[in-house]
Amino acid sequence: MTIAVAVTASWYLTLAAALFSIGVAGVLIRRNALVMFMSIELMLNSVNLTFVAVGTELGLIEGHTAALFVMVVAAAEVTVGLAIIVAIFRKRSSADVDQLAELRG
Amino acid sequence: MAEVVVFSIFAAVALVGAVVMVTASNPVYSAIGLLGAMFSIAVMYVMLDAHFVAAVQVIIYAGAVMTLFLFVIMLIGVDTSDVYGMRPMVQRVMTVVVSIGFFAAIVLAARGAWITGSDAFGSGDFNGTIEAVADNLFGNWTIVFLSTVMLLTIAALGTIALAYFGHVSADDEEATL
Amino acid sequence: MTDFLWLVVLLPLVGAAVNLIFGKRIGEPFAGWLGFVVVASSFVIAAIPAYDVIAGTAEPVTVHLFSWIPVLGVEAEILWDPLSVLLTLIVTGVGSLIHLYSIGYMHGDERFPRFFAYLNLFIASMLILVLAANYAVMFVGWELVGLSSYLLISFWFTKPEAAAAGKKAFVVNRIGDWGFLIAMMLIFAAFGTFDFHTIFATAEGVLSVGMATAITLLLFVAAAGKSAQIPLYVWLPDAMEGPTPVSALIHAATMVTAGVFMMARSAVLFEMAPVSGAVVATVGVLTALLAAVIAVAQTDIKRVLAYSTISQLGYMVLAVGVGAYSAGVFHLTTHAFFKALLFLGAGSVIHAMANEQSMLKMGGLRKVLPVTFATMGVAWLAISGIFPFSGFWSKDEILAATFAKGGAWLLLYGLGLLVAILTAFYMTRLFVLTFLGGRRWDEGVHPHESPASMTIPLVILAVFSFGFGFVNTPMRLGFEHFLEPAFHGVPHPDALDDSVIWTLAIVALVSAVVGIALAWRRYNRDELPAENTGWWSSAMAGFHVDEWYGRLFVLPGKRGAELAGQMDAKGIDGVAHGIARGVREAGTALQPVQSGKVRGYAGLLAAAGVVLIVAIVVIGGGF
Repeated sequence: MTIAVAVTASWYLTLAAALFSIGVAGVLIRRNALVMFMSIELMLNSVNLTFVAVGTELGLIEGHTAALFVMVVAAAEVTVGLAIIVAIFRKRSSADVDQLAELRG
Repeated sequence: MAEVVVFSIFAAVALVGAVVMVTASNPVYSAIGLLGAMFSIAVMYVMLDAHFVAAVQVIIYAGAVMTLFLFVIMLIGVDTSDVYGMRPMVQRVMTVVVSIGFFAAIVLAARGAWITGSDAFGSGDFNGTIEAVADNLFGNWTIVFLSTVMLLTIAALGTIALAYFGHVSADDEEATL
Repeated sequence: MTDFLWLVVLLPLVGAAVNLIFGKRIGEPFAGWLGFVVVASSFVIAAIPAYDVIAGTAEPVTVHLFSWIPVLGVEAEILWDPLSVLLTLIVTGVGSLIHLYSIGYMHGDERFPRFFAYLNLFIASMLILVLAANYAVMFVGWELVGLSSYLLISFWFTKPEAAAAGKKAFVVNRIGDWGFLIAMMLIFAAFGTFDFHTIFATAEGVLSVGMATAITLLLFVAAAGKSAQIPLYVWLPDAMEGPTPVSALIHAATMVTAGVFMMARSAVLFEMAPVSGAVVATVGVLTALLAAVIAVAQTDIKRVLAYSTISQLGYMVLAVGVGAYSAGVFHLTTHAFFKALLFLGAGSVIHAMANEQSMLKMGGLRKVLPVTFATMGVAWLAISGIFPFSGFWSKDEILAATFAKGGAWLLLYGLGLLVAILTAFYMTRLFVLTFLGGRRWDEGVHPHESPASMTIPLVILAVFSFGFGFVNTPMRLGFEHFLEPAFHGVPHPDALDDSVIWTLAIVALVSAVVGIALAWRRYNRDELPAENTGWWSSAMAGFHVDEWYGRLFVLPGKRGAELAGQMDAKGIDGVAHGIARGVREAGTALQPVQSGKVRGYAGLLAAAGVVLIVAIVVIGGGF
């Protein structure tokens, strides 16, 4: 008797969860706005992976469509976000978010 | 069996890339780590029969977005890295706890509804080809698709506005200082 | 040719919009000409298909414009039947004459274009009302005419009286609108549709007598508001604060007849509710009597006409009450001509006398205003009911229909006859005081005949006031036959013998002559009788009805409002302030959380995410 080891949806979902958690850690631990942004991108990617995995598992093409929409939103977010970072950098020669505390209550 | 091997390799690449991204002190290394993670995810998409999404992933993320990131890194200087090791210990510990807690919570939450046991993953009649995705996208989600067009237009406008006005205000500030 | 009917409504609307937006740039007098031209074009566009209906070669049709509220099955449709044909022609025909007249009358007014914008808006609203093919669309027109009436009454809003009069008209009309709304709800509950055709075709089987009575009484409340019947008539005399063409168009010829029109439209329902008919007829005749009595004592020329309008509307309502719908609509039509003429004539007089409205300061204007004198003379004889002027035929028909009901209705007939005498009396009084006798003008007044744009409408209206009665004489009931398709399924009023008809006609004529003779003897002399004591002053003040309303309704309303105001200030404001203080203090307490550090926020977000997921798992029973 052989135990057939096959890749199931759970594998992908677990991987996505792990990537997401690493992304969360990145946002929390880094002060560099650029790296924080990359972490957010990683989180979005892991969500996409979840979408696609579940879509394929359930036979719903909507999973793939949703991933495409996420990508569009992420692209828009990156352009605006990077523009903000550049603008901030031009003003204060730093991308350290901890120095950005003008809105302190 | 080959599937398991491929999955294992690229899952490892993705996780290592992600960890490198978070821990590297030089943003260029972070970007390369993220690139690795994204490429691995593209491979996952292929394994999931999501051919079109995989192609888009490579073109948009690994291509456009990462280029943009690297471009900005070069623009504002690679030496702006932060020394996260200087952070207070308690903060680092807290971060790791929260992250692991997050992971545990997700896995726990999904445990009941976890999709398990299906060997026939990606049964033959289902395929994320460009044709299938296009059918769905332009058949059922036309309005949403058009909304994203607006979103992108607005984002482009916003970027231009940021670049332009940011420049002007910087000049103003220098003038007043 | 009914394909272009939508233009009839749209043109005045466009005119209103253009005058409203570009009015200042267009300026005087072109804004006025624009207003006139759109309404006149409406008249022409309506007249072409109307010709077929009048000739009897066209069936009533319904023109579908668009689906308005598909969920309720409410369609925006035009009902083109004899009744709406007639009203459309009156509204656009008389309306365009009054537009023409206004160009002269409003000359030099600062807001000249705005006036025509409002007038056009009114015409469009009235057309929506009369052309509606269901109650919902009719209600839109109903409300819109209320709005434009308000705008036009308080057109000179810098005068406090005008502003107050507009407000009063609006508030009183709201009471009527309330009736209309409730009636509409009941109709929809009973029929599941607002469509006239369906409702009238199935009313027999669907409605119980009680339901029909409720609906018709509520519709009558609405009509009483719009058509100024007891107890809601009080707004109309005050509405005379508006410019005179407005009084002529809205508060004499068209809008106030909307109530009568709406009841005539609902004739099938009224036929099913005899109790409502009796109520309507009684209220109508009492309104006619009260208003006629008050009119006798008025000295302001426009107020005489205002009360006279209420009185004549009472006649129309009486006609609806006794089931003589075509007689009521007939009187509506003739009244539209001669009352518009009277108002425009009065406007011409006021214009000539430099805005003097008191008849006691007129007199002897016959020679100075020959055209106004002659045309007003025609209107005077018409409203008094002198053979063969139009008013004679229409009034006689209503009285005859009341008489034909017999029994207790004879009392109403007697009162109606009394009103006829009073009508002749006060109209003669107005005519004599204004045009005959000696000059009682103030110093420095130099009356002059009005410009042609004002006299031409007078002459045209005079021709109709004289001749229109002949379309429906006891010898040839042309008008009644014409209206027949509109009152499909409504039984004819009882027919009378020819000898009785002629006797009644002679009685009516005699009473008119009596009224004229009495007034002539009393007022056609150099020294006027003193009319400022006792009964006269009481009637002059409208028997202080306004004061009574003030005491009965307005004062308690004010008290209630004050009470509610105090409750608001202490109770509700206290709660609101308390909440505000709580929020402020909570904000102060939570201020440190707003560290301004992005990563702090992100940490909180992530922690909250963990808590949320755990909560979902726990609540969902995952553990």
